This record gives sequence, structure tokens and C-alpha cells, in this order.
Amino acid sequence: MCLGIPGKILSIYEEQSTKMAKVDFGGVTRDVCIEVIPEAEPGNWTIVHAGFALNILDEAEALETLSILQEISELAGEEDSIIGI
Amino acid sequence: MTEENSEKKSIQGPVCPLPHQHTETVVIGHGSGGRMTQDLIQQCFTSRIGNAYLKEANDAARILLPKGTEQVAISTDSHVVSPIFYPGGNIGRLAVCGTVNDVAMLGAQPKYLTAGFILEEGFPITSLETVVDSMAKACQEANVKIVAGDTKVVEKNSVDQIFINTAGFGIIKENRIIGGQYAKPGDAVIISGSLGDHGIAVLEARGDLGFESSIQSDVAPLNHMIEALLREVPEVHVLRDPTRGGLATSLNEIACQSKVSILLDEENIPIKPNVQTACEMLGFDPLYLANEGKLIVICPATFAEKATNALRTSPYGIQTMRIGEVFAENPGRVLLRTQYGSTRILDMLNNEILPRIC
Amino acid sequence: MASEMQSNDFLKGFRDAKLVKKVVEEIHQRISRPWSIMEICGGQTHAIMQFGLDQLLPKEIELVHGPGCPVCVTALELIDQALWIACQSKVIFTSFGDMLRVPGSTNDLFSIRASGGQVRVVYSPLDAVKIAKDNPDQEVVFFAIGFETTAPANAMAVIHAQKLGLENFSILPANVLVPPAMHTILNSPNNRIQGFLAAGHVCAIMGYWEYPPIAKRYQVPIVVTGFEPLDLLQGILSTVELLEDGRVEVNNAYPRVVSFEGNKAAQRLINQVFEPVDRKWRGIGIIPKSGLGLREEFRSFDATKRFQTGEIQTQESDICMAGEVLQGLKKPADCPAFGTLCTPNSPLGAPMVSSEGACAAYYRYGKN
Repeated sequence: MCLGIPGKILSIYEEQSTKMAKVDFGGVTRDVCIEVIPEAEPGNWTIVHAGFALNILDEAEALETLSILQEISELAGEEDSIIGI
Repeated sequence: MTEENSEKKSIQGPVCPLPHQHTETVVIGHGSGGRMTQDLIQQCFTSRIGNAYLKEANDAARILLPKGTEQVAISTDSHVVSPIFYPGGNIGRLAVCGTVNDVAMLGAQPKYLTAGFILEEGFPITSLETVVDSMAKACQEANVKIVAGDTKVVEKNSVDQIFINTAGFGIIKENRIIGGQYAKPGDAVIISGSLGDHGIAVLEARGDLGFESSIQSDVAPLNHMIEALLREVPEVHVLRDPTRGGLATSLNEIACQSKVSILLDEENIPIKPNVQTACEMLGFDPLYLANEGKLIVICPATFAEKATNALRTSPYGIQTMRIGEVFAENPGRVLLRTQYGSTRILDMLNNEILPRIC
Repeated sequence: MASEMQSNDFLKGFRDAKLVKKVVEEIHQRISRPWSIMEICGGQTHAIMQFGLDQLLPKEIELVHGPGCPVCVTALELIDQALWIACQSKVIFTSFGDMLRVPGSTNDLFSIRASGGQVRVVYSPLDAVKIAKDNPDQEVVFFAIGFETTAPANAMAVIHAQKLGLENFSILPANVLVPPAMHTILNSPNNRIQGFLAAGHVCAIMGYWEYPPIAKRYQVPIVVTGFEPLDLLQGILSTVELLEDGRVEVNNAYPRVVSFEGNKAAQRLINQVFEPVDRKWRGIGIIPKSGLGLREEFRSFDATKRFQTGEIQTQESDICMAGEVLQGLKKPADCPAFGTLCTPNSPLGAPMVSSEGACAAYYRYGKN
């Protein structure tokens, strides 16, 4: 299931001994339960679904995926332009 | 003799207590039509939106039409939005702007409004004053007058705080023929700014979904912007404000009325990043959310650039974008081309928009 | 260390048109014969339709939409129970928005609300607990649907209610599990699914350690896939590569969120509150150990125990072929009622109601 969107943890607090965080999704903030990512710190990214954090989002992994694809795309672009000559 | 004496002894002071002055909340008495009603009208209404027509205090307002008036536009709307106060506006501003805009969508110049209020017993008078203040301000901005009004008070729980009905009256100049049935194949489709702001602002104010943002309702009177547009491009075919049901529903209605199809370019549709985020969080499609200060313009493609520039001169049209085109094939259909080149159908809104989890 | 990435960067990057085009081209280059690939996640069905990704793929790929919509697969008996409870006085029935229009035998939550029943949409199960706390004189029931993705949140709601000492909160347990459904589909004699996209957020919780035995047993490659256009296409590309190479493996095309072991803290939370139970899937039937029920010590939070709902007589539409659609055996457009008797305004079955359902997606995005 779905509708999990990435958000950045702004601050962490406890409510009735449950670990909570204020999360910024890009101009929209919401209180999110982070019980299952106890190691999270402010500044971490997480995937949130139905007010609940599912996991920590690995930024390095995300950037790597995108940059690999970007490289492949640029190389292909170069090849195309060479072939076009 | 003794009886008279005993009567005199039992009188302690005034036997009939003075009635409370009801200055804090609306009570049933305010709707009775008597002095209390008069006091309420003076305190909350005429002191704020007063003008020569209202001061006449007759059962109806007498309007003198300009010489040569051939067509008039009349519209009515009831406003029941909840909550009544939300970021960027309130039910009062919405009531005035909503009806001003409906009249203006025919290319008419809105001039006069009526306003009927149904108030719940217990509604705070300060809230009523705030609402009417907003209406006065909106009327001033739009250059319209409220010339007739009505106030009723009902028992608690019969209405949700306050309902307002407005009717609007405008003059159609120069035999303008503008309407949803006049879109032609080859026409350009233009939107005056970002979509979904009002819908999300109201949802946020309701508080059920527990999110916070700086999103404001876009509620605004559009008649001046429309006048500026029509001065530059009198050849406009369709004007529509995408309120309930959003852009998608309005365009579907127009496509059906005009028996044409419309193809939109998703990349060009302006949506504020935080509205996009809120929609993704809740599972809404911004193209189906209500807007209260946006204008759809459909005009011949040759005038599209001129129309866009004219709209952009208005503070309410700064983010105007050309977003699509009208076609003859597949009448009644609205299609959306994604940034990947795929196309999907943009259907009418089927039911109530509900947040989803998947 | 503060991150410099804005939320939009994540979203934009994985929706980039240039990168999407590149991956689409690769898929076209790699494919040499027809393949049938199933995704078993309503969110992925919706995303594929919304972005029109199926239009970009080579026609050799058949994307089959499996029973990945928890709204669609919730058993009719459970829905009827929910409706019965929602009608009781002094009950506030809470649910995710998706469930409001799902047809029961005679009714739906939306109509109950319209006739004065207290039915409230919540965004999070924890909001339901708050409603219980704020309304001590009302019984608050939460319809706990979903796959493994919502299970930790549903578990948390129960624990939270327990901590608060609430006696007026209960859940209607309706969670379902993905791996047993995959077994059922792959075991079916009519099965023609050759590759699987595993649901990314289910795997964020559970990891993907459950899939290698499934892949091996049925000789079907499985790729953990996300939800953005780039994620979906990369998942499909990976599956196509494995199929073309004849490799039966489990790959992870959503590494930024999913790890092999998954989120152990979340799994512990689920196991603390729930245990696997047999569950009936609407349109499919009972799949053993495919649902989550409350453990003994939390039974007091079970709405089916708290409310004597009695024997429920269910009544499915004769015409609705949701079961076959959900198993990927038929397409929505194959159904004689599709678009005529059965539309989003007058649905006969759940897949037309849920915004995730295959029938609704087909109808909305015009695949007739």
C-alpha cells in the first residue's frame, strides 16, 4: 500500500509515552507517530502513511539511484548526438 | 381598609424586571421583526454595508437601469461553508465574491446584490459583525452594493451557525455573448492561477485531518479582471469559475454544453507545491478541489497570448497559464496529457471527495 | 546533519520525464516476447493509471492488477458487521475514507452517515483513539483494514488506547497479508502470471525475506517496487530483465525505503498485538493465515467480541465478477456490467468503489 509520502523530521517529542515527531512534507506539516523508527533524529527523512512513519528514507541511496540514472541518461544523450552527426 | 394596607406592604420594588439587553449572542427575538430585529440590523448590517438603497428601508429596492440596457444577468447562491472562518477568508467574503463572480462569468458588470441571512440561536454577535465587515470590504473592492437584505433566526441546531443566500444582478454590455455552450474547436483554454488552494484551506480549517500549512483560500472578486480581459479580447467565448468539483468538473460541463472535447497539458497547470503536497498526503486530486478566485477562459487561439497578458495585469491573475486546447472529436470528453506523453481521461467528479489511504 | 534536500527534490527526481523516457526505452530494448506481470498493490494500480505508464510500455507486457486493494478484498461479512455496528446508538464508527462507499449486502457507511449514524473519516488510526478519549460516553470503533503497511499503526492504536486506560475503544480487525495471497494466485490452475512486482510499502515494514521461497517454489521472479513513475518503471525493467534472462530471483528496486529484513521495530509491534488468522477475501474466499487478528491479551479491544453482531447473512451481487478481476483472471472491461449497471455512482462491487480498485481505475482513466 501506498500514499506513503516522504517528509523531513523537524522535531521529536513524546506524547503519553509514545514517540512522536513534527514532520514537514514540503510546506505542509503534521504530527507523526515514529514509534517504529526510534533511532530517528531531526533532519532525517521518513516515509509516512496514515500518520505513521514506516521507515527511515535513505537519502544517500535515493541520490545514488538518481545520479546513476542521470549518468546513463546523459551518456545516451551523447551517443544519440554522435550518431546524429 | 386592612386589605389595602396588606397590599401596600407586599410591594417590594418594580414587579416587572427589565429585559436583558442581548448584545452577545443572537437570540430568537432578533428574528421577530420587531425592535430587536431593527437593533440587530442597525448594529450589524446597515452600519457596515449601509447605502442609499438600504436606508430607504422599503420592502424592495428600486433600481434605475442605465439608458439602453438590453440584457441583464441574475444569479443566486446559498453559502453554507463549514467552518465559517478559514485561512484567507470567511463565509461573508465567499458570499459576496461567489455571486459577483457568477454574474461576471456572463461578461456582465455586477452592480447589485441581495443578502439573506439565516442565523442560529446562540451565534456570537461579534462573529456576525466580522462576517458582515468582510462582506462590506468585498463589496467595496468589487464596487457592488447590497441593496436588499433579510434576517431570520432559527433554533439551535437548525442551521450550522450561519447560512447566507446572495443574489446578484449585473448589466451585460455591448451584446456580449459568453457562455459554456460557445467553446469552438481550435480555442485555447486558459486558467488564471493556481488550483486547489481554497479546497485545501477549508479542509485544513476543519481540523479533522490534522495537518498545518500556510495555504490560504484564494476567494476573490474577479469582475475587474474580467473587464480588463474583455476590453482587450472581446472575442472570449467562455468564462467559468471552477468552484465545487474543481477544474475537471467545470471543463467537463463546458465540453458537454459545447459538444467539444478538451485536451489539457498537465505540465502547464499551475499548482502550488504545498497544495500538491497536501493533496498527495491525503489522496486528493487538485483538479477536483474547489477554487473561489480563479477563472477559466476559453477563446480563439489567435487571442490566447493577448488574453493571458491581460489577465496577468490583475493581482488575481499573475500566474495565468495557457493549459489546453479545444477539439471537435469525442464531444464531452476532457483529456489530460501527462509530462510523459501518456494521456488519461479527466472525468467529472463522481461523488464526495474522501481522503484515501492507498 | 541537516538535510539540504527539499521534499520536492525527492518527488521531482523520481518523476523526471527524461529519466522516465530513458527507462522506458530500456524496457523496449530488452523485451523480446510477451510477459504477464502482476502488481499486488492498489497504490501501484492507481499510480500506473494516473501517470499513464501502461501506455508507454511495449505491448508485449501485460500488467495484471492483483488483489492489492485492501478496500476491495475486505470480506462482505466484515463490511456488514461494520455497518451493523455503525447503526448502533452511542457508537462513533471511524474509518479511512476509502471504506465509506464500499457496498455491503444492502447498505454502505456513507448512507448510514446520511441517515444520522455517527460515521467519521480519520486520516490515522491514532486519530480514532483521540476521538475515544474525547468522547468517553460513546463507544468508538475503528475499522482496521489494510495490508501489512497499516498493521503497525493499527497495533499502535490498540496499545495507545491501552496506555490511556480507555474502555470505550475497539477495532474491527480486518488486516490482510500479501504472501498468502501470492501463494493462492500462483497456485491457481488458471494462473498465467510470470513475474511479480512486490508492494514497496508493505516491504518497507516486512522486508522481502518472505519472497525468495515463493519465487523458488513457483519459479517466478519478484521485484520490490515503489510508487513514483521512475520506481514503477525500474521495477518493471528489473522484472523484464530477470524474465528475459530466465533468472528466478528477488530484486529490490526500492532500496531507499526497503531493506531485506524490513523494519524490525514495526514487525515486533505487529507481533505484539496481532497474530495470523484465517481470513476471507472478498471475491476469492478463505485464505489460511492471511489475516491479522488480535492476540488473547488484547481481545478486549476486538469489536466483534464487544458487539454481539450475530449471524450475518451476506448477499453479493450476482453480476459482479470482482473475484475474477481481483485475481487477475479477467479485466474490468470483460465484465458485462462494467460501465453500464456498474459505475462509480452505482457500484455493484468493491473494485468499482475504491479509488484503488481496478474497475474504478479503468473507468476513471478511460480504459473501455
